[in-house]
Amino acid sequence: MIATARKRTGYLLILPAAVWLAIFFVVPFYSLLATSLYDPEGSVLTGYDMTWHFANFWTALSEYGGVMLRSFWYGALATLFCLVLGYLLSYAIAFKAGRWKTVMLVLVVAPFFTSFLIRTLSWKLILADNGWVVNTLQAIHILGPEGRLLATPVAVIAGLTYNFLPFMILPLYTSLEKIDPKLNEAAADLYSNPFTRFWKVTWPLSLPGVVGGTLLTFIPATGDYINASLLGSPNERMVGNVIQSLFTTQGDYAVAGALSVSLMVIIITMVLVYVRRAGTEELL
Amino acid sequence: MSQVSSGTGRDLRLSGLQKTYPNGFTAVHDLDLVVPQGSFFALLGPSGCGKTTTLRMVAGLETPTAGSITIGDADITHAKPYKRPVNTVFQNYALFPHLSIAENVEFGLKRRKVADSRAQVKAILELTELAEQAAKLPTQLSGGQQQRVALARAIVNRPEVLLLDEPLGALDLKLRRAMQVELKRIQEEVGITFVHVTHDQEEAMSMADTVAVMNQGVIEQMGSPYDLYTNPHTTFVANFLGRSNLIKGTVVGREGAGDDAVVKVDMHGTIATIKASKVHTDSKDGWLGIRPEKVLIQPAGTAIDAPGSSISGGVVTDASYLGVSTDYTVRMPWGQEIICFEQNTGRRGGLIPVGTQVDVSWRPEFAFLLDASQDADAGIVEED
Repeated sequence: MIATARKRTGYLLILPAAVWLAIFFVVPFYSLLATSLYDPEGSVLTGYDMTWHFANFWTALSEYGGVMLRSFWYGALATLFCLVLGYLLSYAIAFKAGRWKTVMLVLVVAPFFTSFLIRTLSWKLILADNGWVVNTLQAIHILGPEGRLLATPVAVIAGLTYNFLPFMILPLYTSLEKIDPKLNEAAADLYSNPFTRFWKVTWPLSLPGVVGGTLLTFIPATGDYINASLLGSPNERMVGNVIQSLFTTQGDYAVAGALSVSLMVIIITMVLVYVRRAGTEELL
Repeated sequence: MSQVSSGTGRDLRLSGLQKTYPNGFTAVHDLDLVVPQGSFFALLGPSGCGKTTTLRMVAGLETPTAGSITIGDADITHAKPYKRPVNTVFQNYALFPHLSIAENVEFGLKRRKVADSRAQVKAILELTELAEQAAKLPTQLSGGQQQRVALARAIVNRPEVLLLDEPLGALDLKLRRAMQVELKRIQEEVGITFVHVTHDQEEAMSMADTVAVMNQGVIEQMGSPYDLYTNPHTTFVANFLGRSNLIKGTVVGREGAGDDAVVKVDMHGTIATIKASKVHTDSKDGWLGIRPEKVLIQPAGTAIDAPGSSISGGVVTDASYLGVSTDYTVRMPWGQEIICFEQNTGRRGGLIPVGTQVDVSWRPEFAFLLDASQDADAGIVEED
């Protein structure tokens, strides 16, 4: 009796989320899949037919394959920068911050109190052609006299790095913070210099955070369209921008759907391979 | 007592070692210590006495404020922890959770690029009875097994000195006693100098050749367990290592010479004699100490089996029967309660009931005299 009652409690607890996901994820996902197989001849006026039109995928990939590659490239670079910056910062917060730990963590999360859009727009000001960043870089001849940052890949990747950095820091911090400082002492006692101690003890023990952080950064950064549209030019268009414009302005639902589904399938495949290689399957 | 081979001169020597933290707290105060090569040495003291700090300075995990640490002729005072011929068994083992047992044990050998590390790991796992656990992760092992891994991981490196920081503290009592025997066996087998830090006096006494009793950053007394127990020099040692009855007395005279020299002490009207070698005060007053199991009691009027005078007028206020022995508490005529442990040999044919008038006595050679200026309650610990 009690056992079945407990079981029922479990199901009841899942129910709200399950209903939510069914309505707002499963159904839309199904309709997205269906959209990707629409007959491309349809239009808002004449209506659409689901005709198992697999050629949509061919159209999407042959026309927008370059944009897709660029998205993965930008996403990967942003993730790499986030990893380097985030690891240093998380390490400092976890092991060196002392009583400033909480303050620093709050500061990491603080940007979330402002809208994503506002923050990206302010980067537009920071990187503006007559802004101090460009002026300084021109003064020290890193940029030419006509050189600019806005509407370049640098601006887009910098924006992505900035916007997704907290998603890297939080999982990294969580796994670094869990490492017992005694392990570092034990490694020192066992003939390891600081460099070896990091590679043999701290780094492997922080891998769950590295994997979690890179996934949380790479996936949204690759699919992002705000940074490319605000900080980039058409030359920096990412796949998110293409999907957005196909759906909202061009009305090419079929190819937009096919592109979305392709992006998702590729990312899921990459994640599976990555997690398996890193040996952190328990994260999934 | 000890199988010390001090001929090769690789003794661990601490000279004037001091540790003062930035907040002004001095954990270790001007410590001088020689640990002979190959001995099993215990640093015994209550928590906060500075024993762990001392150990960490030897390991290189703390920097001494003053003084030096040498092994043989080599000064290692400021050597990096990874450049010392010293390994540590940490209190909570600090095993690497991402490495298997074999990889944990091989860790130090690999860093030093030892050629036949696999074979050495195998041998040490045999010695510590862990061969079957080699492929497992630390979390899959029991506490006692993890303890042995920590030990194996350290001794496989053949350090000149092995430091053990409360290595048995996390184990339950029964396992702790078993591991004491095990540790002693392994130490004798590998012949490495062991420096063992503990607050458990039974652990220190059962394993160590030499015990140093530490209190408030200084060593109170150092010696074999037998010497420390039978001839404590301070009230702290008398109380921390076992238990003691400390009775106020006044020195009234000295007699004899050489080994036969004795000191006469007036103890609330009774004259007690104490061997001069067990007198550790120069002043006129002192604490006469006697271990509870050395105190003999007998109902008033019956003969007591001890030379010298007995003290009468005691009343049994408590008797707790423990099977092997009985603990009696006796209120003496001057109001002090003393304790007396009596083996239940059956000779008495029962217990002495509470309220009985008793005489107490002891063999004079078991008594010791300590400085009256010391706190009679110093070092008293609740049994755990």
